[in-house]
Amino acid sequence: MKAPGVKVAEMISVSRRALLLALVCLGILGSVAAAQGELRFCLRSEPKTFDPLKVEDEASVTVRYLTGGVLVRMNRQTQALEPELAQSWKVSKDGKQITFKLRSGISFSDGTPFSAEDVAYTVQQLMDPALHSPTGDTFRSGPGNVETKIISPTQISITFPASVAGLDRQFDQVAIVSAHSGKKEMAVLGPFMVADYKPGATLLLKRNPNYWKTDAQGRKLPYLESITLDIQPNRDVEMLRFKRGEIDLINSLDSEYFDKLAATSPQLVHDAGASLDSEQMWFNEVAKAPLPQYKKNWFRSANFRRAISEAINRGDLARVVFRGHAQPAVGPISPANKFWFNEKLKPAAYSPDAALKALQAEGFRMENGELKDREGNAVVFSIITNSGNKARERMATMIQEDLQKIGVHVNVVTLDFPSLIERVTQSFDYEAILLGLTNVGLDPNEQMNVWLSSSENHQWNPQEKTPETTWEAEIDRLMQAQASSADAKKRKESFDRVQEIAVEQAPFIYLVNRNALSAVSQRVQGASPVILVPQTYWNVERLSVK
Amino acid sequence: MNVWRRVACAVLLLVAGLSLAANVLAPAGYAKQYREAADSGPSSAHWLGTDEIGRDRFARVLYGTRISLLLAPAAALLSTLMAALIGGLAGYLGGAWARGAMAVTDLFLSLPWLFLLITVRALMPLNVSPVVSVLVTFLMLGLLGWTSAARVLCASAGSFRDSDFVRQARASGVRGLRLFWIHVMPNLKPVLYAQFWISIPAFILSEANLGILGLGVVEPMPSWGSLLKELEGLVSVGSEPWKFVPLILLAVVVTSFQIVMSKQEEVAA
Repeated sequence: MKAPGVKVAEMISVSRRALLLALVCLGILGSVAAAQGELRFCLRSEPKTFDPLKVEDEASVTVRYLTGGVLVRMNRQTQALEPELAQSWKVSKDGKQITFKLRSGISFSDGTPFSAEDVAYTVQQLMDPALHSPTGDTFRSGPGNVETKIISPTQISITFPASVAGLDRQFDQVAIVSAHSGKKEMAVLGPFMVADYKPGATLLLKRNPNYWKTDAQGRKLPYLESITLDIQPNRDVEMLRFKRGEIDLINSLDSEYFDKLAATSPQLVHDAGASLDSEQMWFNEVAKAPLPQYKKNWFRSANFRRAISEAINRGDLARVVFRGHAQPAVGPISPANKFWFNEKLKPAAYSPDAALKALQAEGFRMENGELKDREGNAVVFSIITNSGNKARERMATMIQEDLQKIGVHVNVVTLDFPSLIERVTQSFDYEAILLGLTNVGLDPNEQMNVWLSSSENHQWNPQEKTPETTWEAEIDRLMQAQASSADAKKRKESFDRVQEIAVEQAPFIYLVNRNALSAVSQRVQGASPVILVPQTYWNVERLSVK
Repeated sequence: MNVWRRVACAVLLLVAGLSLAANVLAPAGYAKQYREAADSGPSSAHWLGTDEIGRDRFARVLYGTRISLLLAPAAALLSTLMAALIGGLAGYLGGAWARGAMAVTDLFLSLPWLFLLITVRALMPLNVSPVVSVLVTFLMLGLLGWTSAARVLCASAGSFRDSDFVRQARASGVRGLRLFWIHVMPNLKPVLYAQFWISIPAFILSEANLGILGLGVVEPMPSWGSLLKELEGLVSVGSEPWKFVPLILLAVVVTSFQIVMSKQEEVAA
């Protein structure tokens, strides 16, 4: 017989074991819950649409990336195309037709099944001229209709009226829409779906319960339970909130903020190297521009442009303005664009002496530290840039001092953005401009509107009726040749030559390629920031938070 | 003059004196870029460190003070004279003249000046030297800043219209502008002085605001506005107190003006 005291002790022991078991269970549950937390970051503007086919602005692109299911996806790290909803695909030799073999057993977030019908519906909607889809415009390479042929529920071929360069890569931007769902914008195939939207405040995305992907251990993706996107246009506030731990990620971090953050928390910041974005300046070469003829003669001279380019210390711009988080630019394509960058090209050497000699060979002369042209006109011009952009204002001021060394006097003028754009696109009342170019895509086709002489965005001399110079005619020919070819090697050869001409003729004076800077909280696991957009959350389905 | 006013006057004189001696105190000038020492802290070579592109902050503060402190009074003088002419004459003439002038004043007061200034800057020729841009900025401030003072002067001049000394002058045969100039204007002097002193800090702050908007004084010329732009990055200032010097200077100068001005207000009253 056991004493009552022993019984009580046993009871206490059993209770302890139960308590321990409960704690262990809670611990396990806790770890599961932690793995399925909430990610928070900021959108810098209101998303203009949730319709993936109408997406144009940066915020809507973000929402499309997080919610949209695509047939193929470019891996932002390797820059290689990978299968998603399509198991495999084949592009015809003439570049007009693409055939997809689709995965089976996949459903939209609202439960409607996914099939080739949805792909056909999406493409037809995308190419409908009445929709004015910016994504659809990238597929329009010639007049005529797009034909979709459903071979089977898991196989479809799409035929375009003319060859589309980089056809398969273009589908990275096409989020498939349901043909049958009642709420098309809300039925998605991506890892997350829109759950709540408070205009001007937040957008809540919840994990898509029907998302088809699993990880190597068979665990369903995405790991995160939800993403809260706070709409916050002020970057100072975004930075403060990150420091307070209220948000987890910052994309496209400013170099000044990057260094400040690196000084206190180096483990939070990531410099992925040169991005696709460039900062550049160009001279006004428009014949009808309201400028004195002698200035037009300077600006239309390739030797003058090259000399100015040579007198700019790009190394200092990268080191001082961007605190070393930028690289001197080589040409129209950043070295970050692994396939399309022309490796024969090197950054322009900084040499004010050589620049001055080149100008003297053109008839310019130095008089009392002031450069004058053949007719005795002092070389004075203004560089306009958008007010409020500190980096550009600083670059313009540094260029001002660099050019002073060869006797060129520069006036730096900051203008509000609408006035600046009006001058560049309407009145052509400017001399030189310093702006940046944000490149999202890798394919040179995305720059067609810049390089074709007839284009509105041929910024140094827009909408030429016929090419005004032989080199612009050659660029037109080469750009059209690469756009109409499905042979990647031939396209590369053509675009390499475009890059060479752009460097030789210097219609754009490329200054620097900014580095892709980002910040990621230590709460976030699995993040591996890259140079391509979206830098920090490109692998969002595999991110988790502690 | 009480102690505070003496101190305020001394501060203003000291600041003005230092800024006028900028060529001696900072011989390298405000535009030279020490790119190897960009964004550095205070040192023996750069007492207040350097800005983001390596320009000596001490030199820029001195030259910026010279520009803001010397041109703000010039703009204040211009606006006070315009206010005296428009407001004073309207008040003296009275009736439809006063109503018309005040209607114009009200119209000016109701205009969105920020957008107007942006438009004016956008319409200006691009190849404007920094010196011209400085003059244009303060000229604009002077030409646009007369409205509030005009209302005060109109009211003051109106009160003199039927005063004994004006009636006596009229009875003696003095008429029109001569009467206004000889008998009314001297009596408006205290109000004019007060308006002049009030306008100076207002214009200094306006120029600073224009600088923050990317308008006003252009690079590489410094002004208090362009110097204050460095403080835009809220995150960066905590660990770099020397960047507050232009802000402290602005606060000290404006406060000094206010203290000095309070004497003028008493006189006007």
